[in-house]
Amino acid sequence: MSDAAHNIEEVKKHVRVYISVFAALAILTVVTVGVGYLHLPILPALIAALVIASIKAGLVAAYFMHLVSEERVIRLLVWMSLGLLVFMFTILSVYYYDQVGAVTGL
Amino acid sequence: MQIPYTVAPRPDTGVYNAKIGVWLFLASEVMLFGGLFSAYIFLRVGAPAWPGEIHGVMYARASEILNVPLATLNTMILIGSSVTMVMSWASLAMDRFDRYKLYMGATILLGFAFLVVKAFEYGTKFEHGLLPAEHNFLAIYFVLTGLHGLHVIGGIIVNAYFWGPGAKMWKTNPKQFTNRIEIAGLYWHFVDLVWIFLFPTIYLL
Repeated sequence: MSDAAHNIEEVKKHVRVYISVFAALAILTVVTVGVGYLHLPILPALIAALVIASIKAGLVAAYFMHLVSEERVIRLLVWMSLGLLVFMFTILSVYYYDQVGAVTGL
Repeated sequence: MQIPYTVAPRPDTGVYNAKIGVWLFLASEVMLFGGLFSAYIFLRVGAPAWPGEIHGVMYARASEILNVPLATLNTMILIGSSVTMVMSWASLAMDRFDRYKLYMGATILLGFAFLVVKAFEYGTKFEHGLLPAEHNFLAIYFVLTGLHGLHVIGGIIVNAYFWGPGAKMWKTNPKQFTNRIEIAGLYWHFVDLVWIFLFPTIYLL
């Protein structure tokens, strides 16, 4: 098999994965809305929403954005940006609760 | 002058340059939306009730003000557009330019469909006097969904260029054109990713 024909066969395999991912995303969207209508208390509702959203985001990033087969430098870049995001949330949280403490005296 | 590494991977990174560029841009976008999500979180944590009282009416949940069925439809539209986007790249990788035109055309139409639904949703809010200046909930709702909508418009413009005049490159440099569609796809999928988090956190919680 020539290189070009081999590549086309590879891409055809990918296409089957894309269709499966689409089905999974659609099902998870229905699950998200279903959980929303359960009117759970805020903490379990938040955890459920974020877990489902993270699974959906992971599927999109891994397969549609090809992270599953991407070079190391790209994966490092993604982890770095996620790390910076967590860092930003952390310093803003520390600042927020410090300000709340300053106001309430706690 | 020939721009280097538009097709061949750069030896030290292992990928072509434009891909690194777009991923760096997406990293900056993560911080942009992350900052706004932080604003949303702290506005919400600091509020005695969320959404709370707007125009003298007490709302216990965002879904009492926002249209969840329409937002669910928009979620499905965006997910569908992500599939057609990746299929447009796969079509080029399989040397099927005719299918590329079909899938990219569908992606553009789905992008417009998202905006039409969003415009309808905004219109209903405006009719009821629910404007950004009225309440923190409405302010952060309009800022987050509005900025996301602007990203959808930007993606449609880029995709329309590659569907129309930009597609000429397929005849002269098909590999570079395929790479261009791949990185346009990276951006489009990122826009989908942002919506995946916006939808439950703004509409459902």
